Amino acid sequence: MKNLVILGAGTSGTMMANHLVSKLPKKEWQITIVDQYKTHYYQPGFLFLPFDIYTTKQVKKNGKKFIPKAVDYIQEKIELILPEDNTIILESGKNVPYDILIIATGTKIAPDEIEGMDGPEWYKSIFDFYTYEGAKALRDKLREWKGGKLVVHISEMPIKCPVAPLEFAFLADSYFKHKGMRDKVDITFVTPLGGAFTKPKATKALHYLLEEKGIKEVTDFAIERVDYENKKIIDYADTEVEYDLLVTVPTNMGDALIERSGMGDDLNYVPTNKATLQSLDHQNIFAIGDATNLPASKAGSVAHFEAEILTDNILRFIKGEELKEEFDGHANCFIETGNGKALLIDFNYTHEPVEGTFPFPGVGPLNLLKESRTNHMGKMAFRWVYWNMLIKGIHIPFVSATMSTKGKHLEEVE
Amino acid sequence: MRKIISQTEIEVNEEGYLTNFSQWTEEICECIADEQGICMTERHWEVIKYIQEKHNNDEPLSIRGIKKSGVIDIKEFYSLFPGGPLKKATMIAGIPKPKSCI
Ligand SMILES: Cc1cc2nc3c(=O)[nH]c(=O)nc-3n(C[C@H](O)[C@H](O)[C@H](O)COP(=O)(O)OP(=O)(O)OC[C@H]3O[C@@H](n4cnc5c(N)ncnc54)[C@H](O)[C@@H]3O)c2cc1C
Repeated sequence: MKNLVILGAGTSGTMMANHLVSKLPKKEWQITIVDQYKTHYYQPGFLFLPFDIYTTKQVKKNGKKFIPKAVDYIQEKIELILPEDNTIILESGKNVPYDILIIATGTKIAPDEIEGMDGPEWYKSIFDFYTYEGAKALRDKLREWKGGKLVVHISEMPIKCPVAPLEFAFLADSYFKHKGMRDKVDITFVTPLGGAFTKPKATKALHYLLEEKGIKEVTDFAIERVDYENKKIIDYADTEVEYDLLVTVPTNMGDALIERSGMGDDLNYVPTNKATLQSLDHQNIFAIGDATNLPASKAGSVAHFEAEILTDNILRFIKGEELKEEFDGHANCFIETGNGKALLIDFNYTHEPVEGTFPFPGVGPLNLLKESRTNHMGKMAFRWVYWNMLIKGIHIPFVSATMSTKGKHLEEVE
Repeated sequence: MRKIISQTEIEVNEEGYLTNFSQWTEEICECIADEQGICMTERHWEVIKYIQEKHNNDEPLSIRGIKKSGVIDIKEFYSLFPGGPLKKATMIAGIPKPKSCI
């Protein structure tokens, strides 16, 4: 019997377990998946939890429900990977040997990377919404907040779901409007990048949204520290931004397990072949989702496209065939713009988001790079799709793993 | 786009970044720095050499990478290249502006 071990039962790990269980011969392969938590969180829902749009129940479920019965599910923290010995060590000291390893341990926030961030004001006047705890604490804060300066801030790139902070600012605008207190709230968006939207076409098409919603923008802000006593963030160029309520996305890093095992880059991401998803250092180790160092967006939709290609490549690897160099960085994201509307963007390593229709060329029903109610319905339906199709590894009809250029208004790319 | 700098014609993109590194020389480098309001010192050269080396090894450039470089700390990096230090230093070094994913 051979062993295929999956580390992490989040979006990517759960999808891989579901894909592989029906593809690997049961007599020859035992599949094992390991995760430290019982709960599977719907992370895209963390954007909506602070505004009371989703309830806590809608964003978490028992993880075991989504793991096929034939897969061995170990609920324990992973201590170490020993790639030279083809073994992992669990917290209890137990060894689990593998023939093939899939790393799907994701990324998480590291607020202690920035001085003063997770100090005495953490979850008092400084919040994140990238964790269940943070999003819930922020919801309670917003319910009673009387207004003032709201600063929505990105510490450092890359972060998962890079548009989520901007969506947060848009949703905050409509949240305070509905509460009849928008005039008491000043919203500023602070980013280390050159603009709120980083790709030129998206900037051109979308900058009006910030103006329309009266959201101020501070760009090229590389945070040095949070002065929590005087309530301001300070960057290396000594620019200061004052806040009453700071909603920040702290530095995102791969799990410390990757660092302990000596397998990561500066941010604990696993160096991975961007087209095949094989790790660069070990042939029988593959990586998927947020845990990789791919120059693609860290998003559930990206992991979904990767999973289809990785499944193929694992089967090829077992047969001793050459791996397919197929992954193109395809990402497909809804961007919530508030007031019941959303945008849709579709892009990859080489094509930036453009206007057009999706998934049917010329028909839609979804409009690329344009605000609409249908897109918002799409974003809301994504939660159902996530729990019922995506993590179960069911192919989403009409949407291919590699990006399609049909129906898009493409211009020459350099 | 073409641009004449220090009596030499070079190829640059819309933002003024060299598109062909083989055209880069120390004189051109000093002229670009000058246009950015920077007067090159020993320290500037050390940093420029460091980021060129990173670029040649295909290693992505970031503020975090600079912090760990051992060559310079971020405060000094900002004081040497005021404004957007990575953007300015890469332009002066003749390499592409660091990419940021959406
Ligand atoms: C606020 C927010 C909004 C988002 N919105 C969207 C969106 O609209 N669309 C979209 O496509 N994506 C969105 N995302 C991103 C999406 O949720 C992630 O990209 C996706 O979940 C990545 O899946 P993953 O399996 O790689 O990592 P995860 O789902 O994070 O799973 C990693 C798993 O590994 C486990 N693990 C890690 N280390 C260890 C260890 N040492 N021992 C044991 N277990 C371990 C963790 O417990 C976790 O369960 C959003 C994310 C956030 C935070």
